Amino acid sequence: MPIQMVVNGEPVEVDVEPEMPLLWVLRNELGLTGTKFACGIAACGACTMHVDGVAIRTCVLPVSAAAGKTITTIEGLAGTNELHPVQQAWIDHQVPQCGYCQSGMIMAVAAFLGTNPDPNDEELEAAVSNICRCGTYQRVRAAIRSVASAAHEDDG
Amino acid sequence: MAKVSRRGFLITGGLVGGGLVLGYAVTPLRLGMTPDADAAGGDLWLTTWIRISPDNWVTVLVPHAEMGQGVHTALPMMAAEEMEADWSRVRMEQAPAEDLYLNEYLVRGFGKLDQRLPGFLKRQVDYAALKVADVLNVQTTGGSSSVRFTGHMGMRTSGAAAKHMLVRAAADRWGVPAAECLARLSQVRHDASGRSASFGELASEASLYDPPSSPVLKSKSDYSICGLPIPRIDIPSKVDGRAEYGIDVRLPEMRYAAIRHSPVFGAHVLAADDSTLAGSRGIESVVRIPGAVAVVADNFWRARKAADELPVEWTDSPHKAFSSERLSAEFEEMLDDGRVRTDQRRGNPDLPGGTESFLVEAEYDVPFLAHATMEPMSCTAWLRDGKLDVWTGTQDPVAARATAAKAAGIRELHVTVHPVQLGGGFGRRLPANLNYVTEAVQLAAQVPYPVKVIWTREEDMRHGYYRPAVRSRHVALLGMAGSPDTWRHTYTDIGLNELVETTFLSYSIPYSIPNQRIGHIKYPRDMPVPASPWRSVEHSYHGFFIESFIDELAHETGQDPLAYRLQLLREAPRFAAALEKAAEMIDWHGSRPHGHGHGIAVKESFGSIVAEAAEVSVGSGGDLRVHRVCAAVDCGEVINPDIARAQIEGGINFALSAVLYGEITIEAGRVVQGNFPDYRMVTLRDAPDIQVEFLESRASIGGIGEVGVPPLAPAVTNAIFVATGQRIRSLPIGGQTLKPAPRA
Repeated sequence: MPIQMVVNGEPVEVDVEPEMPLLWVLRNELGLTGTKFACGIAACGACTMHVDGVAIRTCVLPVSAAAGKTITTIEGLAGTNELHPVQQAWIDHQVPQCGYCQSGMIMAVAAFLGTNPDPNDEELEAAVSNICRCGTYQRVRAAIRSVASAAHEDDG
Repeated sequence: MAKVSRRGFLITGGLVGGGLVLGYAVTPLRLGMTPDADAAGGDLWLTTWIRISPDNWVTVLVPHAEMGQGVHTALPMMAAEEMEADWSRVRMEQAPAEDLYLNEYLVRGFGKLDQRLPGFLKRQVDYAALKVADVLNVQTTGGSSSVRFTGHMGMRTSGAAAKHMLVRAAADRWGVPAAECLARLSQVRHDASGRSASFGELASEASLYDPPSSPVLKSKSDYSICGLPIPRIDIPSKVDGRAEYGIDVRLPEMRYAAIRHSPVFGAHVLAADDSTLAGSRGIESVVRIPGAVAVVADNFWRARKAADELPVEWTDSPHKAFSSERLSAEFEEMLDDGRVRTDQRRGNPDLPGGTESFLVEAEYDVPFLAHATMEPMSCTAWLRDGKLDVWTGTQDPVAARATAAKAAGIRELHVTVHPVQLGGGFGRRLPANLNYVTEAVQLAAQVPYPVKVIWTREEDMRHGYYRPAVRSRHVALLGMAGSPDTWRHTYTDIGLNELVETTFLSYSIPYSIPNQRIGHIKYPRDMPVPASPWRSVEHSYHGFFIESFIDELAHETGQDPLAYRLQLLREAPRFAAALEKAAEMIDWHGSRPHGHGHGIAVKESFGSIVAEAAEVSVGSGGDLRVHRVCAAVDCGEVINPDIARAQIEGGINFALSAVLYGEITIEAGRVVQGNFPDYRMVTLRDAPDIQVEFLESRASIGGIGEVGVPPLAPAVTNAIFVATGQRIRSLPIGGQTLKPAPRA
């Protein structure tokens, strides 16, 4: 039975097994390869997308659970004319090295800062548990801090 | 200004449609490479290409893979610096794994290079692949060598030669002396007459000149690009999903394959019952290749599911009884009774009778480690009409081409390797480790369409190549004032004992100790676990052994571990300076809360000296936290300080995962760990605050990608000793119970 979703603003319909993980539907069926496969068991976060605005590790999420929902991937995170503040901070702080985990890392951080714009260290470390094998955490932290403090200033 | 002392070939020519192309080549023989190499005298090894097109773009072809180390930015910086290019008009292209447009170019050669390659590269060079007509370069990206060799020898020299030719072309066009012309920001100017021309305008004329035999390099004080934290050119594509890795390649009619290897090393497929897959959606075929079975489907998830469910019988394996536990017992036997092959001997290292009470002894252990690149192994291959195309992330596209040709049984000439970004390398994708390429080609030979093989994380972790497990036994004889008179270091060697450096061997110590005996004992049996370089190679464990033991000696004699090292480094001022800097950064003599401790270590690797100081705490429940790591880095010259800093930061976190958690264990001939829950990684929660400083040094340029790794383990375990009095001699710390610090 076809499954309908909205992916990066576009309505899509796919005819696949309902248990196929959303990650593979997007990578193989829709050709959106910006989201990565790395562990296959939701342990590392490389496959993180937003499903109705919530960061989800999609390598184990059956596509049926995404039916009727709005999906945003790294390809759809930026606005029409400018990058999402997290993407911009990632460039400003020169965060990525090999970059393979960063799509998921950016999606996780963007969703988290959306709900908690000015987190403390503990909240941050609990919420962003993505694995980066190149070890970019020093810059991940700095980039998140810069986005958080910008949000803070906007509020103030 | 310095004259070039290293010599090689410069090759130049015109471009179709106008423009200049310039390359730098060396021959293996001129590199002073091993006499057993069967290179023909005329073989060339090109290290660099620069293209200048009429629209005034400078394109630098980089023959190395980008795996996050910033080489696609740092190498063009070096070329642009010397040629006085405007950085905003410089583009990078990754060189293809072959180059057919070489023949027409003039070759000029001279001199003998005075710089030797690391042995690490030697053993991986396929000399047959070095023919000018079909190969651009030896493209290995490893040994922290890209900037040191390609950059220093190739990029700079080519850039300087290009500038020389552009200036001459301008001078002749205007009828003025070349000495009055100045190259700056991709223009040549003659200020006296107010004339100027862009590099692009001059390129075709410049291509008619011979490249200079000894291009003059800029002196460091004149740099306007190198030394600046120029943003990496690959980063924008890595924040919006555009960067294409091997696993992302998509081709018309492409199918996906999931592979299942024999879980036990050395076993093969006996039977695979594919009748169960009949009628399964999207499944195309089940393919057997040596040591593995693969399912090909129209979607990777379908292929994987079918491969997981496929009933497979495996043959018996001679290695089915092998285990880490058995290896540990064998290591003990080796150290007790094995024949020691001497690596290095100085003075008289024999231990005289009656000195027992002045001896300090210790034994250290490190386990097998997997690379666990975030992008699991993946390779797309398409074999048709006797031609093979391969798309894969590899640290050496030329070696990948040779591997692919061999697997397909065709000549390299008919193989094209398409370079893509690597989702991590760390040694896993080096030339000797390309089983994922071989298998993809074997598979592609059995299907009529392009096929992309993707390894699951479990396959990746269980069928890779591993940083060797090593046990090391140390004895020191202490003399007056507690300084060691004799240093003995004996370690087990399961097979990876190639020289990785010509200047400084991984087991060498910088300390002034008059009598030394360093030696290894070869594993006497067939080793089922394939060994591999792993970020920093042997330095990753010799750093831990040496810097733990010297620390033990300091504490044994009641001395401050920093002061103890410094007094043994009076003849090694670069090491002392690095240690002093790291100590200052962490406030070595400052007071710390109860349960906290600080430790320090220093290691030279790949031509760079790195000291790291760590501050840790052990809580009342024995919970360890690494709070801070300060690194002082002497890599001679820093091309891009932000890239270099990032590499040290990354190296520290990479090493910390190994120190805290990293262990591959073998039971019943198979790897136990399979995924990140049991092969754990540092995350944001346990990543320390890292500070990095670079020391000004006149030393020649050193590596950066690996050099942050070796000092980290001993800095952390030395700090744990200060915090708790507990000496960690076996890595990882993970499984060991840490005692909280005794209350004062």
